[in-house]
Amino acid sequence: MSISTTARNNSRRVPGGLNPEDIRRDFPILSRKVHGKPLAYLDNAATSQKPQQVIDAVSRYYSRSNANIQRGVHLLSVRATDAYEATRERTQKFLNAARAEEIVFVRSTTEAINLVAQTSGRSILDPGDEVIVSQMEHHSNIVPWQMICQERRARLRVIPVSGQGELYLDEYEKLLNHRTRIVAVTHVSNVLGTINPVRKLVEMAHRHGALVLLDGAQAVPHVKVDVQELDCDFYCFSGHKIYGPTGVGILYGKWNHLESMPPYQGGGEMIRSVSFEKTTYNEPPHKFEGGTPNIAGGVALAAALDYLENLGLDRVAAYENELLEYATSRLSQVPGLRLIGTAPSKAAVISFVLDEVHPHDMGTILDLEGVAIRTGHHCAQPLMDFYGLPATARASLAFYNTREEIDALCRGLGKVIEVFE
Amino acid sequence: MSDLSALYQEVILDHNRRPRNFGVLEDADHQSEGFNPLCGDRVSVYVKLNDSIVEQISFRGSGCAISMASASIMTESLKGRKLEEVEALFERFHQLVTGNLESQDLSEPDLGKLVVFEGVSRYPVRVKCATLTWHTLRAALDKRNEVVSTE
Repeated sequence: MSISTTARNNSRRVPGGLNPEDIRRDFPILSRKVHGKPLAYLDNAATSQKPQQVIDAVSRYYSRSNANIQRGVHLLSVRATDAYEATRERTQKFLNAARAEEIVFVRSTTEAINLVAQTSGRSILDPGDEVIVSQMEHHSNIVPWQMICQERRARLRVIPVSGQGELYLDEYEKLLNHRTRIVAVTHVSNVLGTINPVRKLVEMAHRHGALVLLDGAQAVPHVKVDVQELDCDFYCFSGHKIYGPTGVGILYGKWNHLESMPPYQGGGEMIRSVSFEKTTYNEPPHKFEGGTPNIAGGVALAAALDYLENLGLDRVAAYENELLEYATSRLSQVPGLRLIGTAPSKAAVISFVLDEVHPHDMGTILDLEGVAIRTGHHCAQPLMDFYGLPATARASLAFYNTREEIDALCRGLGKVIEVFE
Repeated sequence: MSDLSALYQEVILDHNRRPRNFGVLEDADHQSEGFNPLCGDRVSVYVKLNDSIVEQISFRGSGCAISMASASIMTESLKGRKLEEVEALFERFHQLVTGNLESQDLSEPDLGKLVVFEGVSRYPVRVKCATLTWHTLRAALDKRNEVVSTE
């Protein structure tokens, strides 16, 4: 069965749902072959593919508007500044932030977390204070906190997870106390797919006067995020996981926090005036945006958000959930396969292990079948340690994936078993 | 031979299933631990030398089929070898898995069973899997050399 036939079947199955056949035409890379086989790209949690609209936005920017931003008086600089700032407003709407100035451009989710740790963290943490993260965090939401805790002689505490892959809220409650200054948790786990009850986590932390940073890298491509409704203090995500370019990320922060935080990197753009005696810093968000940023990436991020919202996050989530259910049921039938992460509330991320076969061997054999998955510790070694695994295989899905691609994954796993039995 | 069966040759699969010389060598005089942070492979290598000859060698660890089979076949290939042969063999093995093997020089040690890893050269990301135990072995032997030189 060809991919397009399956796609048609899929679109018939879900009235008013997404039509992957149409969608796939927007993503040029999806029609290429690898090792002579049609590509089944199931590594979307690592990075997503880009629609033509995003590729065109990058190309259009460099062809028509390229200039440095914020400073120039000439036409191109004004155009480039307008386009870049338009993404800030676009992102404000996307996250439903109260004001555009609450949106800070960074390179990545990693940089957003480091920024908060190095500014807020450094100014509010005193010796003996506590920062809470969870067992399921990506290294990028562990190491920046470890670094600042070490520097400030603060203590890093960890919310444990259940075997299914859910946070223990009662244990979290016990960890919270008057020394808790910051809680940093992921919205959606990059390994388990678990969608954490972040609204509740925020509320509980706020009762103890702690700030909350949510790592939204894996969440924004799959679930609608409203930062005012969540009431989180900081929210961050990366452009490249949401069908946009690499090298651009977003930090949302509540205005009053951004205003009181010290600056991050010193340089141009982040200042109001400089003399050797005294420098006055710019207002947020520019206070945190020293140096010429990834302008083309920033501009094209708006095209990615437009693309996703034109499809409709509700329809995307409905389609991905259906695909997740299909994949979960198909994979469960593979002999010797064990799913890692079976929380009731999940985004379309599926980790698994196979008896007697190391994930790396699976990855190589699947690659030869055209199926791209991720294998390894997924930058979440503490979580791997919890499950007693050196690594897992992970298939992570996007709205352009099809049942046919899940079938290709399962056929590939059949080959793996054949080789290793 | 397909790409797949060139990589996962029967000998490799057999050594992965039933690794030889697996376990701690109690009276080892050299040992070291190797770790591939990229994929989580871990291996410990134990060696007992007798007058610059590998008298006993074993390993312990976990990892992918390529790394486990490489460790197993390495221990088989090195038992009874002189230290300078070990180094020369590693050199040739490295050339083999990186696709840089020069034509057989008769003065060089014969790769023997190690040739089953030739398929790895088509998978650059897997070269580290095949060479992890060898690097670990070298670290184990070097450490001893350092001690020797300070004495």
